[in-house]
Amino acid sequence: MAAELHVELVAADRQVWSGEATLVVARTSSGDIGVMPGHQPLLGVLESGPVTIRTGEGGTVVAAVHGGFISFADNKLSLLAEIAELSDEIDVQRAERALERAKAEADDSAERRADVRLRAVAVR
Amino acid sequence: MGAQLRVYKRRIRSVSATKKITRAMEMIAASRIVKAQRKVAASTPYATELTRAVTAVATGSNARHPLTTEVERPTRAAVLLLTSDRGLAGGYNSNAIKSAEQLTQRLRGEGKEVATYIVGRKGVAYYQFRERPIARSWTGFTDNPEYADAKQIADPLIEAIQQETAEGGVDELHIVFTEFVSMLTQTPVDRRLLPLSLDAVSSSAVADASEGAGTEGPAQRGGVRPLYEFEPSAEGVLDALLPRYVESRVYNALLQSAASKHAATRRAMKSATDNAGELIETLSRLANAARQAEITQEISEIVGGSSALADATAGSDK
Repeated sequence: MAAELHVELVAADRQVWSGEATLVVARTSSGDIGVMPGHQPLLGVLESGPVTIRTGEGGTVVAAVHGGFISFADNKLSLLAEIAELSDEIDVQRAERALERAKAEADDSAERRADVRLRAVAVR
Repeated sequence: MGAQLRVYKRRIRSVSATKKITRAMEMIAASRIVKAQRKVAASTPYATELTRAVTAVATGSNARHPLTTEVERPTRAAVLLLTSDRGLAGGYNSNAIKSAEQLTQRLRGEGKEVATYIVGRKGVAYYQFRERPIARSWTGFTDNPEYADAKQIADPLIEAIQQETAEGGVDELHIVFTEFVSMLTQTPVDRRLLPLSLDAVSSSAVADASEGAGTEGPAQRGGVRPLYEFEPSAEGVLDALLPRYVESRVYNALLQSAASKHAATRRAMKSATDNAGELIETLSRLANAARQAEITQEISEIVGGSSALADATAGSDK
């Protein structure tokens, strides 16, 4: 069994992250799921939320995904999301401002997006 | 300065001004092609992965879905035509429109009613001028399409296909766009997006995706396919997956169309610049000839005048 699996995190308009990992934790529509090397082939629907990727060197990559899919086969894991951002890329103050504004305007989807971003930063 | 010469000089000035403009537009288009191509390349990983996932569900389960089942007697089809907002692109728009017309004819020949969806002001203007019905149209983003634009287009299309045909829904979805083959070649193509036939999806969709990427592994093409575990269920995954698939295909078509539009603009502007150069050359020759004729005339007038004067003085001497 391979000790690492290959991860591709792709958004609709770019490749966000790709590399080797030992564990990937994501939230599907029926609960959190952790994928380790050698997992059964899997295809699931992702909920908006943070995805945690533990890399081989002991580092952790956290990304905020806004809906999408997780697919795993042949020791290759793909995370497909319409919008995906690494937590390092997220501007906390801007996300907080966006959250406040979304709350003020009662814009549900914008509020959810901002919330997901902040949660991803909190995990980091 | 003679009247003729002045006219030529004015025309040369105006043509050089035009040449400057077309040259600038050519440069702008050239830089935009690169940007558009980069966007096409950036969207490829997502499209490839998505196609792989669709293939996985299509082959790994027996799930049935309205978006994948062929209607026995299709009666209504939707055609999505991608044109640009601005002209100055040679035959780009008219070629795309012509291709859509041919497809429409063919579908009508098969006894299907056609609902036309249009992207881009040029296509809308063409249909409006001929007073043909447009089911829906979108304008304003064809030069630099974003994923949100593709979503905006795909949503009503998916809605239409999920509706019963009797209630104004459609059975098939075709898309006409201009494929970016190379800097010099852009060809209008039509593709059937929906329904995906579950058997054909593995071959056709993979072929489509590998056009851009060519990374489909041999394990996906034939032989044993992995048995997938679906979360929450095969139907649930398919429900969520297919709209995204359509969106991603529309997005890809939008990006390719944009790249093609810029390439066509660049070519059209290049030939306009070349033509302006030629015109300036011809006009300069004519202007030179006019100036020379003027000088010759002036000289002959002076010579004629002085000889007349000489004749007159010679006569008075006698």
